[in-house]
Amino acid sequence: MTKVRVAGAGITKFGRHPERTSRDLFAEAGATAIEDAGVARDDVEGVYYGNFMGELSEHQGHQGPLAAEALGVQAPATRYESACASSGVALRQAVRDVRNGEADVLVVGGSERMTNLSTAGSTEALAIAADELYEVRAGVTFPGAYAMMATAYFEQFGGTREDLAHVAVKNHANAVGNEHAQYQREITVEAALDSPAVADPLHLYDACPVTDGASAVVLVSEDYAETNDLDAGVAITGTGQGGDRMALQDRENVATSPAATEAAEEAYADAGVAADDVDLAEVHDCFTIAEVLALESLGFFETGEGITAARDGITTQDGALPVNLSGGLKAKGHPVGATGTSQVAELTKLLRGDHVNSEHVPEARVGVAHNAGGTVASAVVHVLEEVAE
Amino acid sequence: MTEDDEPVRDAGFDEFLDALADGEGYYVECANGHGSLPPRRVCPECGSADLDETPLPDSGEVATYTRVHVPAPSFADDAPYVTAVVDFGPVRLTGQVQADVEDVEIGLDVEPGFGETETRGERLVVFEPR
Repeated sequence: MTKVRVAGAGITKFGRHPERTSRDLFAEAGATAIEDAGVARDDVEGVYYGNFMGELSEHQGHQGPLAAEALGVQAPATRYESACASSGVALRQAVRDVRNGEADVLVVGGSERMTNLSTAGSTEALAIAADELYEVRAGVTFPGAYAMMATAYFEQFGGTREDLAHVAVKNHANAVGNEHAQYQREITVEAALDSPAVADPLHLYDACPVTDGASAVVLVSEDYAETNDLDAGVAITGTGQGGDRMALQDRENVATSPAATEAAEEAYADAGVAADDVDLAEVHDCFTIAEVLALESLGFFETGEGITAARDGITTQDGALPVNLSGGLKAKGHPVGATGTSQVAELTKLLRGDHVNSEHVPEARVGVAHNAGGTVASAVVHVLEEVAE
Repeated sequence: MTEDDEPVRDAGFDEFLDALADGEGYYVECANGHGSLPPRRVCPECGSADLDETPLPDSGEVATYTRVHVPAPSFADDAPYVTAVVDFGPVRLTGQVQADVEDVEIGLDVEPGFGETETRGERLVVFEPR
């Protein structure tokens, strides 16, 4: 089995670009990734592209071919959709195809245009990641669903809004120097607690923003990297995917995220690492409570004990296990279809040493990316390792 | 094709709501005793195709809930409202609790019912505290 290297990474500025089409956003991120990789466009054998709500936000389905065109690449392209895990599942497919020798060079990424919609419009669009019949028609919004997970978590394991506020404060602090981040500013616990309620117990500062943006990475086989003398010092050594029932009402316990646990166990076994080996992680914090559930599913904390990780300084920049050094979805932003590969792009730079926050993890060798769809009915986890030269 | 103004039902789901409105709510039970909600061809838990409609228990307990302040457009005039997942034993069901959030807690006994949204008069699963 061939090993997989990340040869290049590219991310647009995440933020409000209401007039930019997703094809234009992806053109920028993809070109940056290809240039960073130093691969010839002619060598690209496929484009794997994540997009969630193009039909609703810009009346555009079938975006795969547009993504390839935007890169100037003459290769087949497919759009993957798994809600907020869209580019994460695209990446998993690409990793497997390179490993199996089906391809030597693939571009994987995602793009999403969201802020051209009104707040009501984006709320309605994001809700399609939930069960239309049994959840959306009962008035469950995306924040409402995570709010019900938070209510259940607090009841079973304890925790407060203040604990969650510390997650938001941490991720905002991480984003200050990240030029790709939507919110390059710090917030305080008080401001988070005083922000308007969205769905109790979650308030505005517990939620990621609505974001436009794109991301891309170039995956190559180890052989291709060596033959072409590429500077590709980060490998994807583990991939895992888990699933759960779509609606919260059909799950045993909504204070946990078993799909992510399943994905993590598979990815760790694949890479031959344990949770203890992980030096840093980018996790899917679409809401502050989601970061807590992710930390527990990834095996960093026992179930019910991840809630104080940020407050205790364990997951902060200078903590034992920095989480979301990019700023996370919370502060970097969450252009849904682009999020999964943006996590891997950020981790690649953090491990290579050319990320603004690399200085916080100089010795880091193993990174983990956790990308979740909907209320974690789908989840993908990838393990990245710096390759010893 | 259907006429533009002709509402199209969702087979299985709308019959379930009809029954709930008549006070005769049901769920689907498989040969192995797993509960699920329609439409189903097989049990999502074990794949059994031996499915029976079984009466929904008269009451259930709130498993989790939230008060939604920022709604989707179809619930604009309903907000704020309390949404809950209610545990009926073999199945859980999501709907709106007809109570102030201060009076709702995990474990609260409620009975299933049927209502309409204020915003568009759309059919809605509701729960009344007992």
